[in-house]
Amino acid sequence: MTEGKVTGLIRKVSGPLVVADGMRKARMFDVVLVSDKKLIGEIIEVKGDLASIQVYEETGGLGPGEPVESTGEPLSVELGPGLVESIYDGIQRPLDVIRKQVGDRITRGIRVPGLSREKKWEFTATAKVGDEVGGGDILGTVPETTLVEHRILVPPGVAGTITKLSSGSFTVDDIISELDGDGDGTKHELKLMHKWPVRVARPYRERLTPEEPLVTGQRVIDAFFPIAKGGTACVPGPFGAGKTIIQHQLAKWADAEIVIFIGCGERGNEMTDVLMEFPELTDPRSGEPLMKRTVLVANTSNMPVAAREASIYTGITIAEYFRDMGYSVALMADSTSRWAEALREMSGRLEEMPGEEGYPAYLPARAAQFYERAGRVICLGKDGRIGALSAVGAVSPPGGDLSDPVVQATLKVVKVFWSLEDWLAYERHFPAINWLTSYSLYHDSLEAYFRTEVSEEWGEMRATTMRILQQEAELKEIARLVGVDALSNRDRLILGTAKAVREDFLHQNAFDEIDTYTSFPKQYKMLRNIMTFNRQAREAVEQGVQAEELFALPVNGEISRSRYVPESELDELDEIEGKIGSEIKGLIEKRVGAEEPV
Amino acid sequence: MVKEYMTAQEIAGPLILVGEVSGVKYEELVEVELPDGEVRRGKVLEVNEDTALVQLFEGATGVSVESARIRFLGRGLELGLSRDMLGRVFDGLGHPKDGGPQIIPEMKRDVAGAPMNPTARDYPNEFIQTGISAIDGLNTLVRGQKLPIFSGFGLPHAELAAQIARQAAVRGAEGEFAVVFCAMGITFEEAEYFISDFRRTGAIDRAVLFVNLASDPAIERIATPRMALTAAEYLAYDMEMHVLVILTDMTNYCEALREISAARKEVPGRRGYPGYLYTDLSTLYERAGRIIGKNGSITQIPVVSMPEDDKTHPIPDLTGYITEGQIILDRVLHRKGIYPPINVLPSLSRLRDKGIGEGKTREDHANLANQLFAAYARGKEAQELAVILGEAALSPEDKAFFKFADAFEDRYLRQTIDENRTIEETLTLGWELLEILPLSELKRVKPAQIEKYLKNQPKKAEAA
Ligand SMILES: Nc1ncnc2c1ncn2[C@@H]1O[C@H](COP(=O)(O)OP(=O)(O)OP(=O)(O)O)[C@@H](O)[C@H]1O
Ligand SMILES: [Mg+2]
Repeated sequence: MTEGKVTGLIRKVSGPLVVADGMRKARMFDVVLVSDKKLIGEIIEVKGDLASIQVYEETGGLGPGEPVESTGEPLSVELGPGLVESIYDGIQRPLDVIRKQVGDRITRGIRVPGLSREKKWEFTATAKVGDEVGGGDILGTVPETTLVEHRILVPPGVAGTITKLSSGSFTVDDIISELDGDGDGTKHELKLMHKWPVRVARPYRERLTPEEPLVTGQRVIDAFFPIAKGGTACVPGPFGAGKTIIQHQLAKWADAEIVIFIGCGERGNEMTDVLMEFPELTDPRSGEPLMKRTVLVANTSNMPVAAREASIYTGITIAEYFRDMGYSVALMADSTSRWAEALREMSGRLEEMPGEEGYPAYLPARAAQFYERAGRVICLGKDGRIGALSAVGAVSPPGGDLSDPVVQATLKVVKVFWSLEDWLAYERHFPAINWLTSYSLYHDSLEAYFRTEVSEEWGEMRATTMRILQQEAELKEIARLVGVDALSNRDRLILGTAKAVREDFLHQNAFDEIDTYTSFPKQYKMLRNIMTFNRQAREAVEQGVQAEELFALPVNGEISRSRYVPESELDELDEIEGKIGSEIKGLIEKRVGAEEPV
Repeated sequence: MVKEYMTAQEIAGPLILVGEVSGVKYEELVEVELPDGEVRRGKVLEVNEDTALVQLFEGATGVSVESARIRFLGRGLELGLSRDMLGRVFDGLGHPKDGGPQIIPEMKRDVAGAPMNPTARDYPNEFIQTGISAIDGLNTLVRGQKLPIFSGFGLPHAELAAQIARQAAVRGAEGEFAVVFCAMGITFEEAEYFISDFRRTGAIDRAVLFVNLASDPAIERIATPRMALTAAEYLAYDMEMHVLVILTDMTNYCEALREISAARKEVPGRRGYPGYLYTDLSTLYERAGRIIGKNGSITQIPVVSMPEDDKTHPIPDLTGYITEGQIILDRVLHRKGIYPPINVLPSLSRLRDKGIGEGKTREDHANLANQLFAAYARGKEAQELAVILGEAALSPEDKAFFKFADAFEDRYLRQTIDENRTIEETLTLGWELLEILPLSELKRVKPAQIEKYLKNQPKKAEAA
């Protein structure tokens, strides 16, 4: 791969941008090593002899006349066993290894491979010599962690007859198999690992429409604004509204087989939080530590800005690789605004014509390209396995203003919108998702799933609940002018029910041991109880019972404490349903009894 | 050995363009000597072939293209460090300002500081008792946190910051404390307030002060917080002290940054602030924290004055996106005569839940705080409603919440400038206030906690 190798000299240094001379033959997006310190950079513009390079490390101390050498290869990640449980910077350098080498602070010019070259993996071949294989076919497996069986794939674009393949203990660099290329006599040597350029989407056979929800255990999401496996969602909100917590909750509890969390230009402590907490938390399905299915990409706000731009591509390429194994992968990017800002900074230094708010005109196109890499697909490979990649991006608009170009560019492509609002956060209503303005466009494609897996009446129940919340908003406006007492008994019942929905169902405390995760059966029973109460209370109201009497019934207390009922004791929720019936009946009887003697 | 250039070509604002240079490096330190022997310092902002763009920290007043002698020093801006810095006052560029001797440095460090490896961070989870209920009870400060005070002109942020510096303590913990005080463009009087407060309490012996006043060169402010944080890092990680850093006022810092950006004719972002303001601020704020295996820590209290009290102004907005919460001061509370005028609803400590609870403060702390927040929010809502409808039109519950909100402001928020409440006092006060509310409305606290801590609930027996 020496073709495309070019050397030039630095002409200009301005922040993360270096312009080099003598680079006429250099290719766009090739990786270059800048100066004798060999800082890693990527060519983002070529004009005549001049190449503009975004440098992924601090450029202080660089000056004109120092050498620049192109490697002739695009920015790539290493894909193979060892990804899971790793924490990488924006260009896939393992941060824990860096720490061992240079200490607590990140210095420059460190080159560490993404995958360990020493570690040996137990490879079990599942294909055999003589098999005709092509891109995406499975050669064998490696037990990467207790949760992840790493399937070793023939890299896309490679095909032939297996001439050599054996099980055994290998490093990622050892040759585990040889293929005889179809007819043309080329020999392919395959390893446990292969490389893939981050800016190129990995191929699949066919795109499918999503039909299963990504179960998150977060009630407001699962019940009202679900995201499909293979779907896309966007979480915009002002600072402190809860974007990170929601994404952490998804990373913890979503029923994905692999989780990729990208800390893109955010806080160092938030990555530490994940690093310390995930090994301690257990996956509710397997009982294994959550870290055993997680890959972290951390390019915090104080780390070099250009690597922030690369980090989301590094993350999504790793995600696609696991999708290609036939897994359901969930990717979280926090925050895509920082990625866009990195793009804006480079664009400004390149003196490109600024678009809205100084962002480059190609921002919407780049955002769309990123989210389009999510999806549910039939993977390459003969077995026709299905993989899914769900992507959730946080957006941090200035002042929480949704007209922000990054929000708008994102909303154009994603199908789910969780709108976080500060006034809800101030009331400590978490997750601070506005139930009136948020939406999910997956309801239709998920309907069949909900009907068979949750309940026949689920869709109906959800619609009724939404209607009540909508009515509440209107009634509150009126009540603001005339007072609650001036509302009809029926309207007061609606207000009371809506309050129960908000406070006892939508509100969910991420820090409570039990409340943090709610299974679908529990969600169903919780919501059913509230709606049963509402239905029977309506009848009572028809008979003249006052809404206030109804909400003073002791069973209301039990409804609001339902959230703390452990998953193993859901029968309690059915008992509550019984009590609702008897307590309301008691009220009606008292009422009717009181009237009769008249 | 160091080559001297007299090839200044242009001077614009605090920037000098120097031509015909060779071997100049990005971000290196520059000295500019004036004919009268005065030496100013600056750094390289950009090098393009044989020209270098230099930013002068002390401004370019009096510098001429003809006579400036320019030297490139081949290193970044450094600060000499020693334990003897404790008790001393420096100017914004680290020169002694108190008439005392020069510091004999143990070592020198580049003030830019390298980013901390996220895997080296230790999660902040030690409760700091500030003695202020609105903070300890609801927006708890944790060792290693960065928690700014969002304020406005005329609000008592200085008093609050000084009170925190005075009272902050980690109970039952050992180790040395230090305060690093960094003034950027504040008035002489405000700086004096802090200094005399430190003197009065004896804290001055454990303090290092970097002072850039409103009358000092604005551009110098860009270096001042980096000086202060470099000193703080030395004290925290080399001397293993727990350091509280007060940075005031970040708004002046950002304005200096905007001045440079404007002089460079960069495409401005919102309100003329540069597009990289977020990144720039993060290189300061992210220097707070703890490191695994080190005993020291850096806790930051930056003060941000919000222009027009607007929280969505780029400076508080971007600060809020980086820091781990915010304490917001409120003009209405201030007018009511409540000190500290902390509006707890939009205030937040993101690390609260890691720093409180059983074994740290008390097991009911988190739920009690959530309950107080929710009740106060509802009380404020009821008060708004009462403005329109009259208090009499409120439902009995709303009336209770109305009363609660007043009592909360008067008893929980309000305290004196020297009042140092223990966390137990703060928690007890919280439960006392909840007695105002109907039992059925206490949804955020657990029944067992009500049983244990709610003393005089009239309806208690009835509900049980
Ligand atoms: N589901 C939840 N349960 C309990 N508390 C929550 C929840 N969601 C958010 N919070 C509270 O809100 C705080 C802020 O949340 P978070 O850090 O996710 O905000 P953010 O939107 O990511 O802000 P930024 O844009 O500044 O990163 C948390 O520290 C926590 O106190
Ligand atoms: Mg966040």
